[in-house]
Amino acid sequence: MTMTEGESGVSTVIRAKNLSLTFETNDGPVHALKDVNLDINKGDFVSFIGPSGCGKTTFLRCMADLEQPTAGEITVNGVSPEEARKARAYGYVFQHAGLYPWRTIGGNIRLPLEIMGISKAEQDAAVKEVLELVHLEGFEKKFPWQLSGGMQQRASIARALAFHADILLMDEPFGALDEIVRDHLNEQLLELWARTNKTIGFVTHSIPEAVYLSTKIVVMSPRPGRIHDVIESTLPKERPLDIRDSPEFIEISHRVRDGLRAGHEND
Amino acid sequence: MRNLLPILTVLAAIVGIWWLAVAPMNVRPALDIAERGGAVVVPEGSVERRDVSVFKLMLDNPSLVAAGYDLKRPRLPTPAQVGEELWKTTGAMVAKGRAWSKRSLIYHAWVTLQSTLWGFVLGTTVGILGAVAIVYSRVVDMSVMPWAIISQTVPIVALAPMIIVVSNQVGIEGRGVPKAIISAYLCFFPVLVSMVKGLRSPTGEQLDLLKTYNTSGVQSFLKLRLPASVPYLFTALKVGIAAALVGTIVGELPTGAISGLGARILIGDQFGTPLAIWSALICAAVLAGLLVTLIDITQRVTLRKMGFHG
Repeated sequence: MTMTEGESGVSTVIRAKNLSLTFETNDGPVHALKDVNLDINKGDFVSFIGPSGCGKTTFLRCMADLEQPTAGEITVNGVSPEEARKARAYGYVFQHAGLYPWRTIGGNIRLPLEIMGISKAEQDAAVKEVLELVHLEGFEKKFPWQLSGGMQQRASIARALAFHADILLMDEPFGALDEIVRDHLNEQLLELWARTNKTIGFVTHSIPEAVYLSTKIVVMSPRPGRIHDVIESTLPKERPLDIRDSPEFIEISHRVRDGLRAGHEND
Repeated sequence: MRNLLPILTVLAAIVGIWWLAVAPMNVRPALDIAERGGAVVVPEGSVERRDVSVFKLMLDNPSLVAAGYDLKRPRLPTPAQVGEELWKTTGAMVAKGRAWSKRSLIYHAWVTLQSTLWGFVLGTTVGILGAVAIVYSRVVDMSVMPWAIISQTVPIVALAPMIIVVSNQVGIEGRGVPKAIISAYLCFFPVLVSMVKGLRSPTGEQLDLLKTYNTSGVQSFLKLRLPASVPYLFTALKVGIAAALVGTIVGELPTGAISGLGARILIGDQFGTPLAIWSALICAAVLAGLLVTLIDITQRVTLRKMGFHG
């Protein structure tokens, strides 16, 4: 695995250079992404925030080789997204947990491992390990319908972690959950990130969520989709939930909100 | 048990309407017989009565209406008469140890059931394989699907004799194979349509997820599309088995078959014995009910075992 050495000596995991993606529709071309430049370093927690149509999900899907950019360059672990995908370099979490109803929680987590041809013993070990990471010990034999929405989403995160990819890409994973469950999962996600030291790309609509979780907040604006502002968080790595009442947190939130508002002024 | 009352109510209503319909249906033959026996009938002579409505005949001859419930060859037999005939051709035959005699409905139902099951297996196989081909190939989707739909608009009664002739031409002995083909012809379609829907039921997100694992086409099919289609398959199988039974019976009608429920219906028609027709019809309905129930139970057990909820 080759890593690009950045100027400061930290390795760049994902690098986008003049990345553009235009969808051809019946109503003419839609510029989902236009000249996007971004470096994501190893161990970063990067949030993408912006209104609908700003291209944040498209950007994440480009990293995952689920969309093909029409111009510019993007590398993941120093290679093309396709090569990175084939090397199973990342785990992807969708907005809907999407667990297979005919598989138990354990069976769902095993799914990628079965597909990758990993031995039964290693599967068992991985399932046990990731269930613990998302605090679902003892739910291995339950079926998805027996779990709450929040627990299902945790199981889907466990599934993305099961094959030990260094990158975790999450597309509004908590968007469909209520506020309290969301707070709880945010806390757990930070804890998981601290324990596993993964590089995380996280798409969200929520300003508090983005500020609370991220080391880097990417504010995007629509038509054409582009990066409006990149905010390096000054918050410490250790973040209790009440950090959200600190002046620093509020200041960063303001900057994000201003960025979102400015991005809308061209409408 | 909560469902028992409404089910019995509907059953009672059907039997009630049937029983009431016996009077107008049988009034003409009843009056003819009574007249021959010396009774006074208004108006006299069956030719005279031809243009009089059955309801007027009933009003004018109230005392003779009851005779319609006790005819040897009724146009519409009463529920009791059909029940008696059914017992004579099933339970009573078994009691006499002649369950497999040609006069036993059990024998005829067994002949029909065999063809139905062969047709069902053949139709389901064709339906599933067709659905897989349609889902995986746009060319097949565009070229085969219209024919599948057209095939169902051709009346099977018109097609059945041709299938018999063709299978005779290619040297197939007996009626079992052509009957199974006719049965499969009706059965494959619901399976095909449902399986296409079932195999396409995975969402874009679910397919994207498999792409992120770099999953092969075969693995996607086995791990996602196939299990996702199982609930759809069972719904189709229930329609399919009923269609297969109808197909077999229709296949027995124009082929000069001498055994099978369809043959009983045809013979009953030719020899003017509605009792035989009715008992064969009810036998077919009971058979269909049993087959659908059997698949329903299999569905419940399978889906529960697979973890599907509700």
